[in-house]
Amino acid sequence: MAEKVMVKGNEAMGEAAVRAGCRLYFGYPITPQSELTEYMSRRLPEVEGTFLQSESEVAAVNMIYGAASTGTRVMTSTSSPGFSLMQEGISYIAGAELPSVFINVVRGGPGLGDIQPAQSDYFQGTKGGGHGDYHLIVLAPSSVQEAVDLVQLAFDLADKYRNPVLVLADGMLGQMMEPVEFPEFRDLNTLPDHSSWAMQGCEGREPHKITSFDIDPINLEKMNLGYQKKYREIEANEVRYETEMIEDAEYLLVGYGTMARILGTVVKMARNEGIKVGLFRPITLWPFPYKELESAAEGKKALLTVEMSMGQMVEDVRLAINGKMHVDFYGRTGGVVPTPEEVLRELKKIVERSE
Amino acid sequence: MSENILIAAGFGGQGVMLLGQILATAAMYDNKHSTWLPSYGPEMRGGTANCTVVISDELIGSPVTDSPGELIIMNIPSLLKFEPALKEDGLLILNTSVVDRAPQRKDVEVVKIDANKIAEEIGNTKISNMVMLGAYLEKTGAVTVESVEKALRKKLTGKKAALIELNLKAIEAGMKLARK
Repeated sequence: MAEKVMVKGNEAMGEAAVRAGCRLYFGYPITPQSELTEYMSRRLPEVEGTFLQSESEVAAVNMIYGAASTGTRVMTSTSSPGFSLMQEGISYIAGAELPSVFINVVRGGPGLGDIQPAQSDYFQGTKGGGHGDYHLIVLAPSSVQEAVDLVQLAFDLADKYRNPVLVLADGMLGQMMEPVEFPEFRDLNTLPDHSSWAMQGCEGREPHKITSFDIDPINLEKMNLGYQKKYREIEANEVRYETEMIEDAEYLLVGYGTMARILGTVVKMARNEGIKVGLFRPITLWPFPYKELESAAEGKKALLTVEMSMGQMVEDVRLAINGKMHVDFYGRTGGVVPTPEEVLRELKKIVERSE
Repeated sequence: MSENILIAAGFGGQGVMLLGQILATAAMYDNKHSTWLPSYGPEMRGGTANCTVVISDELIGSPVTDSPGELIIMNIPSLLKFEPALKEDGLLILNTSVVDRAPQRKDVEVVKIDANKIAEEIGNTKISNMVMLGAYLEKTGAVTVESVEKALRKKLTGKKAALIELNLKAIEAGMKLARK
């Protein structure tokens, strides 16, 4: 077993990327994710990689576009306002079907907002953000160890599906320290071969073309149908979620990321008081575990979704439940993190109403 | 199951963040689960800097709390902010060198430590945080002293390595005081 180390979430995600074979990073510092940018600036030169601080997030995302065109593992990280600035480029990258990894350490919004943890970028991450019919694969870690694991997975999924992957964290996960075990370094020679499509020099062969553009609507529709076919495949293969004590539960809590681990404590506190409650935690926010949540909710008296937002994922929860039961929502926003005690009070209100 | 939920709070610069990191790292060396969560942002200037440390035998759910079981308080604003939240029968360790007022709560255990004075006697007021940590270790036994030493050696490297012995002395002094 590898030795455990105590690391900040931001730095842990950086090291995880390096171990996954990422050797290119372009980004611009922004709180509460700056430690990640800083870590990469120090770490990448040690492994013969390249770190470049761009003049803005708009520049960074287009550097990602260029680097990803060569089939090299590349990433950037930012926080909410910076991620908004990247949306145009992300839409292009999705259209050009390029593997790349984005980390958004979400903070309070909208606008400049503040620098405290939030989950109010769920819509932006899962429903588009930029223009056009595209999807990112969205992974939501709830601990520093899981952040490490999911950053690794993000690179593999990006390569497998030639699609940008977003790790949706939040300020708390970025700033907190927890013991983690890092995986071994990925042998760069074992990374997927992208020579069939990537820009790697065309001497002796037909040039490759990478673009999100076709002026002929019939052709552009064809391209889109291709993306959609890929998205259906991702939906069929890549849904990930976790449950806690749902078998005998009468009530179900639903949450993701940092909020979900707080809900884990709520489950324990509630059970100590005799309330039978379980937890459903989506790990992939896109593709969302609709069917899995629907069956987990079957026979429950009530369902409470909790988010650090005014209610975004709850829309997907309602789609999953499809009107079969009432879905309650509780959220705090602007960087306020609901405490277990606070959520327990909300849960008790629902229990009282349902008994 | 044993679980410790601590908030350590004071002015920025008093070393409450480092105190928390050392504690959480020591817990890891004791093969326990631990989380260290800092306050960051506007609170850091002038008011209170604080961190929440959770140590548990089990996987840790929430790294945040409304009701800590233990408080290490290094200044008056922190006392005002966190004293009401402390759990009944909780532990309140107070740096009386800085906090010149008595706590209001009668339902908690209060341990008063003249931490700055003791730190100065040992040789450096900057290690008042370690005096407080020593008192905390004595009172809670949350982690072993061996692991705290290991965590210090991991954290204080290079030029700072010379300060390890001083830090250990401060921890020892804090433990001694809390034993009284």
